[in-house]
Amino acid sequence: MDKIAIVGASQTKYVRRKKSEIFYDMVYEVTTKAMEDAGYTLEDIDSVITISNDFWDGRTISCMAVQEAAGAHDKNVSTIEGDGAFGAFYGAMRVLSGFGTTLVVAHSKGSEGDLKVITNAMFDPIYHRPLGLDAISSSALQASVYMERYGITEQQCALVSVKNHKNAKNNPYAQLPMDITVDDVMRSKKIADPIKLLDCSPISDGAAAIIIANEERAKKAKTKPVWIKGIAHCSDAYFLGDRDLADPVSLKDASKKAYTMAEIKDPVSEIDVVELYDAFSYMEPLWLEGMGICDAGQGGQLIEKGITVMGGKLPVNPSGGVLSAHPVLVAGLVRIIEATLQLRGEGGAHQIKGAKTVLAHGINGPCGQSHCVWILGSE
Amino acid sequence: MSEWLQDVKDLTLKGQIKVPYTWSVGEVGSRFLVALRDEKKIIGNRCNSCNTVYVPPRKNCGKCFKDIDEWAELGSEGIVTAYTIVRYEYPLQPAKAPFAYAIIKLDGADVGFVHIIKEDMDKLKIGVRVRARFKEDRKGNILDIDSFTIIKS
Repeated sequence: MDKIAIVGASQTKYVRRKKSEIFYDMVYEVTTKAMEDAGYTLEDIDSVITISNDFWDGRTISCMAVQEAAGAHDKNVSTIEGDGAFGAFYGAMRVLSGFGTTLVVAHSKGSEGDLKVITNAMFDPIYHRPLGLDAISSSALQASVYMERYGITEQQCALVSVKNHKNAKNNPYAQLPMDITVDDVMRSKKIADPIKLLDCSPISDGAAAIIIANEERAKKAKTKPVWIKGIAHCSDAYFLGDRDLADPVSLKDASKKAYTMAEIKDPVSEIDVVELYDAFSYMEPLWLEGMGICDAGQGGQLIEKGITVMGGKLPVNPSGGVLSAHPVLVAGLVRIIEATLQLRGEGGAHQIKGAKTVLAHGINGPCGQSHCVWILGSE
Repeated sequence: MSEWLQDVKDLTLKGQIKVPYTWSVGEVGSRFLVALRDEKKIIGNRCNSCNTVYVPPRKNCGKCFKDIDEWAELGSEGIVTAYTIVRYEYPLQPAKAPFAYAIIKLDGADVGFVHIIKEDMDKLKIGVRVRARFKEDRKGNILDIDSFTIIKS
């Protein structure tokens, strides 16, 4: 693969309700800030990818409404309806196929729609939607089979929430910085067993943008380039019953491909930081297993042993993760931005010292039907 | 930001998009739903390439990428392989909380079947045996199965 890099990145602060800003405002804010970050002007942007979802926006072809805000009025612009990590993948492909630079921007307002009604609509209208399934109840099914098979405890999952909300205290963009205890999580309201309120990510509003450039154009940017070493995404079956929900095979496949591309042989020793898509606390250990960071069923022990905390052998979600801010569609792009900040040494209070290789991860579809894995490097 | 913007009161607008759809159920889906409605039977089908028995039935196998043409009549009983008791309510749920979603491995099937369980929440666990309870008034949709009930051992 030719050398390509992330040369600009920006995000809004994530909040429960951005009442003063419409989608256009949020997209304009992060587009402008990403260009400032790179030291680029609009003339330096060759192509644009917007990321949006019609159900969340409450408008069809929702991408069309934000194109000017994304600086795309005279440019080749295309769109992704899905998580930002996948949109950024498309952006990387565009740079590899000849555009010198591509701006990728995602926006979402969880506050304006209805999470349960919208996520119910991702299921099959004939067999599953009439049952009332949504993102929470389907994830709870996954949690139940994963925890039962390997004896993962609710306390181990609670530790993930405790860690990530604590990490969020060091991230000025996070929505939910909190000092909470395992007891707080265990005593929080039951939502869908075994998931409790503090095992869940919040409803969030926000936007994020990155600029990807080829090697030549990266030289014109004022930032230290963050090189894309490996990227892959893979997908599993659509129907929940067709999948082994405790075995994220599509994540295993995507990780292997990304590691091969990045020439990573031993992910545990070669990766310095992981930013992954923890929409619910159980997902962090399950995805770490899928990434080959530990063996199947060992994810609970990783957190207990303190391996994934700040200062641990492999810090996971130093930003506070998706548990601390969950702008749908944007969240996977945020993982890439957080990886970028770590590799530039701009993580501030949540910087992992000397981070040289970072894994960023996004998911699409119910219970992580598809996974997108990014290996980013500073050299 | 201009000074006057600081005095703006943020307004919101309420709206709703309600679009009627008429989804085709397809050939195999139609046979599946007609069997639920007319015979109170759950039918699946078998891929002759990988031998997977699917329920609901599929016209082709996504793994082998081959057409499926062998029907398989399944039992109306099976084993719970995943479940969650939901504690919240919203209008699209077909039952009053607390009720459960379950993935059920029906006798004779190789994939899980997603449905609901309404009773005996205290007895629900992975591995329990359940049986389909059909509605009296069946209309040819997935809720012709009212729910699954736990078989008392």
